[in-house]
Amino acid sequence: MADQAVFSDLAMEYMPALYTAALRMTRNPADAEDLVQETYLKAYRAFATFELGTNLKAWLYRILTNTYINNYRAKKRRPEIADVEDVEDLYLYRHLAGDQSAGLGRSAEDEALDHFTDTDVKAAIEALPEAFRIAVLLADVEGFSYKEIADITDVPIGTVMSRIHRGRKALQKALVDRGRTRGLVGATDEAR
Amino acid sequence: MGHSTVPEGEGSTGGGQEAPAGFVGCDETIGRLYFYLDGELTEERRVEIQRHLDLCGPCVGAYGFEAELRRVVASRCKDHVPDALIARVAEALKAEQGSPGR
Repeated sequence: MADQAVFSDLAMEYMPALYTAALRMTRNPADAEDLVQETYLKAYRAFATFELGTNLKAWLYRILTNTYINNYRAKKRRPEIADVEDVEDLYLYRHLAGDQSAGLGRSAEDEALDHFTDTDVKAAIEALPEAFRIAVLLADVEGFSYKEIADITDVPIGTVMSRIHRGRKALQKALVDRGRTRGLVGATDEAR
Repeated sequence: MGHSTVPEGEGSTGGGQEAPAGFVGCDETIGRLYFYLDGELTEERRVEIQRHLDLCGPCVGAYGFEAELRRVVASRCKDHVPDALIARVAEALKAEQGSPGR
C-alpha cells in the first residue's frame, strides 16, 4: 500500500508530461491547469489503492484521461466528428518526396520535417478527433505501449491499435494540409 | 529517394513482389511498419521485417522517415508548465494533508 506522505515525491515529476497531455486534450490552458490539479488531488486521495512498484505514470494518466472524459468533454458538449478518413500508408513521406535530390546522410524528406514547427505539430494533433488524439498522444508523445494504452483508456487492445495507426495517418494528412498552406509541401496533389 | 536501391527492393515501396518463405515483401513491410516501430511484433515477425529492411532501400527510406517523424512529433509537443500551476498543486496537496477524514 502506498503512503500518501511519499505521493508528492513520486508524482510531481510527471507534471510536465501530464500538463502537455491535458493541453492537447482540452485545447485550452485554463482547462488544462484545472484538469492537472484535479488529477493530482484525485490521485492523492486514491493513493492508498496504488500498488507501489507498478507504473505510476500510467496510473496518473488513467486518472487524467478519465477525468477529462467525464468532466471536461461533457462540459464542452462540443460536437465532434467521431472518425477519421482513411489515409494511405506513408502519406506525408510521399508528399514530401521528389522535390529535391537528396545528398548523403539524411534524406530530403527527413530534412523537410525540420520545417514543421511546434505550432504545426500541436495544431495537427489537436485537429484529430478525441479518441484518435488521445491514442496518438499516449503512444507517440508519451511512449506508452499498446497494452498500457488499453489499460489507461479502458479500450480493447485491437481498438487501441486501430486508433493509433489511423490517428497517425490522419495526423500526417493534417501536417500535409498545414504544410501546403505554408508552402512546405507542393500546392498540388502531384506528389502522389 | 536518396537511398541506394538493391534489386530486392526494386519497384519502390508497396511494389508487392512475391517473397520466398521466411522473407516478406514491400507491401507487408510497409503494412507492419507501425507495429515494427512500436516494438509490438513477435520476435519471428520482427526478424522478417528486419531482414527485408536490410535489403530494401526504398523501405529503409520509408522506415527512417517514419522513425524521424516520431521523434519530431514527440520533441515538438512539449509545453512549459506554468510555475503558478506547480505552486497551486503543491498548495492543494498540502491543504489536503491537513484535512482530516480522508
